Amino acid sequence: MICEIVREAIDVRAIEASVLAPSCGGIVSFCGVVRERADDGREVEGLYYEAHEGMARASFMAIAEEVRATMPEVRLAIVHRVGALSIGEVAVAVVAAAPHRAEAFAAARFAIDALKERSPIWKQERYCDGERVWVENRCSGERQ
Amino acid sequence: MRLFAFARLRELLGERRDVAVADGATVGDLWEALVREEPRLTEFARGTRFARNDRLCSAEVPVRDGDEIALLPPFGGG
Repeated sequence: MICEIVREAIDVRAIEASVLAPSCGGIVSFCGVVRERADDGREVEGLYYEAHEGMARASFMAIAEEVRATMPEVRLAIVHRVGALSIGEVAVAVVAAAPHRAEAFAAARFAIDALKERSPIWKQERYCDGERVWVENRCSGERQ
Repeated sequence: MRLFAFARLRELLGERRDVAVADGATVGDLWEALVREEPRLTEFARGTRFARNDRLCSAEVPVRDGDEIALLPPFGGG
């Protein structure tokens, strides 16, 4: 299992190579990529991410453990980048390899959904007009 | 104890600072003291979660010398 917060560009091919094993018949890679427009259509210059790195890594490990408990044959990597990113750059990569595609798709989908809900990572949209806004995930829980 | 704040809360409070807390003070007491110092925190009260020594905790948890308390606004990763 690879669970990392990184500051440099994410090398998805390298992650895939380290996750893949002879037992695997399929590999699913989900990459979250910086896009040129926000949900409301505003032009985006780039995104800035920050994390509580210790807690974020621990949350990735917990997500990977949950995947292992239900799908023990899946090999999983979760890598999130922090810092300033430009359009087209990869902010997060979730890579799941498994003997068969169903588990690989299911594990990748579960891991990215869980990360968005649980991992202490924050995103600031930086618009072309100079304004900067911290954006919340819709599923991020409020204090109970 | 040492306080860590992130994202919009970091912009209001700074990234980290050392804070002296009274005996028996809770994480909630700490938050209230910060709100008195920085009233703009009020609007973030509902969405902010707390962590003590890298674990999510409630406002009722006591703070001890040497603790690291983190203020976590709603998450936006991915």
